[in-house]
Amino acid sequence: MITLQKLAKVFNTKDGAVTAVDDIDLTIDQGEIFGVIGYSGAGKSTLIRMLNMLEAPSEGTVEVAGKPMHTLKNRQLREARQEIGMIFQHFNLLWSRTVAENIAFPLEIKGLSKSEQKERVDELIKLVGLEGRGGSYPSQLSGGQKQRVGIARALANNPKVLLCDEATSALDPKTTDSILDLLVDINKKLGLTIVLITHEMHVIRKICHRVAVMENGKIVEQGDVLDIFRRPRQEMTKEFVKQVTEPEETEEALNHLFGEEGIGQVLQLTFVGGETQRPLITDVIRQFEVDISILQGKISQTQHGSYGSLYISMRGDKNTVKEAVDYIRAQQVEVEVIHGG
Amino acid sequence: MDKLIAASALFGEVNWENMWDATVETLYMTVVALLFTFIFGIMLGLLLFLTDRGQLWQNKTAHFIIGAYVNIFRSIPFIILIVLLIPFTRTMLGTMLGPSAALPALIIGAAPFYARMVEIALREIDKGVFEASKAMGATNGQIIRKVLLPESMPALVSGITVTAIALVSYTAMAGVIGAGGLGDLAFRDGFQRNNPEITFTATIIVLIIVFILQFIGDYITNKLDKR
Repeated sequence: MITLQKLAKVFNTKDGAVTAVDDIDLTIDQGEIFGVIGYSGAGKSTLIRMLNMLEAPSEGTVEVAGKPMHTLKNRQLREARQEIGMIFQHFNLLWSRTVAENIAFPLEIKGLSKSEQKERVDELIKLVGLEGRGGSYPSQLSGGQKQRVGIARALANNPKVLLCDEATSALDPKTTDSILDLLVDINKKLGLTIVLITHEMHVIRKICHRVAVMENGKIVEQGDVLDIFRRPRQEMTKEFVKQVTEPEETEEALNHLFGEEGIGQVLQLTFVGGETQRPLITDVIRQFEVDISILQGKISQTQHGSYGSLYISMRGDKNTVKEAVDYIRAQQVEVEVIHGG
Repeated sequence: MDKLIAASALFGEVNWENMWDATVETLYMTVVALLFTFIFGIMLGLLLFLTDRGQLWQNKTAHFIIGAYVNIFRSIPFIILIVLLIPFTRTMLGTMLGPSAALPALIIGAAPFYARMVEIALREIDKGVFEASKAMGATNGQIIRKVLLPESMPALVSGITVTAIALVSYTAMAGVIGAGGLGDLAFRDGFQRNNPEITFTATIIVLIIVFILQFIGDYITNKLDKR
């Protein structure tokens, strides 16, 4: 659905040339939710804006829904843009228009008749769950409702691709989740390809099928979300994965425990998919002469299954502990020794 | 009752028929000039805004020329502008008498003044909505008609209110070229013939006109502003 080849963007500033996006190759399939994560300044915003040519690439090619975007001009480009919806961090609604009129805006641009517009607007209002709010002005809505208007507006012309530029970054956690649920719902119902950029791993975990991690204008790692969670390779990726798998104070709390009496080897176990439901700890205690105490655990849901992490402390004879760890590894569970041993 | 008689005696020198004619002339000059100022001011302001760096019609030369025009005509004192424009007005209208003769000078003086306010109003619009409109595939014309003007309308209306009040005071000066109006009446019948009552009455009527204009402007601005 989307193919990027050798894509680069260089900005000429007073302080010289700044490379925002550096030689990116990327393929995004039809119907998938693809996430790009990175800290601010990583170039992800420039990257997503090159998909609909809000930013012209310095080099490389962008193909969206079979159209070579980088070669299009004027009318052709405007028509191609009508097939790509976009939502924004700050919603970018017209405050002078009501909800219904905002949603009708892209339909007016396309030149639909008033009655066609009304029919489509009613459908969209229902789709995003804003029944009865069509006559309100954006200033009368909450942040989450504004983003729903943004989504309805982006979907008005039945686009093939939806671009989400930090769409939930200005929302509180609860509202973020409801917007993410809506995006998943739309993805399933309409088979829409969604590309989103974010700095929150939570967003990636909750709705994305695949993810790319960006740093300094380059994609440093990409793959299925579950794989990335299970085996993050790059430091940057590990940091982002930690955002979700570890509550903030975990490291501190564990450090505090190290060296205390009764704490032996501290292990981090990472389970994926069906493994989260197996009685692994019970198995280990039955088969090996070790004492296990559970320090902390957490299970998260992703689009491709669940993902859990468990911190345990294991005590016992050195060889037995090693055998136990090998046994756990043999069960397709990732084990990382974070203290002792 | 006595007070009322005393009050009417105070205004004994006022010829109400003349006063009414002068009021109508002032209103005529203000309203017609305002209409054209609104149209030309928005056109100039839009050009000023759109030719600026990073905007839709970015054009350094055009921006410089329009900016220079606006600055020059905004800076010339109105009383001098009227005199400078006498030949122009005469060729255009064939006469230098009556309130219509003041219109070219009023419009040429007020439109650049308003154009700056239009430019400021347009700059206030959130850049995000341009981006959203572009992403939806809007043409430049659609962005101007459906985004720029409606989104800045409250500021455009409060700007035209300020301009309207400036225009009322401009019309008073237009008396020097025989345009008539309340300013002319207050100066010639009031000041030069030493009838302070006439000057006083004309001033009161000007104030009433200004208050009404301000009231209407504020009312419309509030109605339009949905932020």
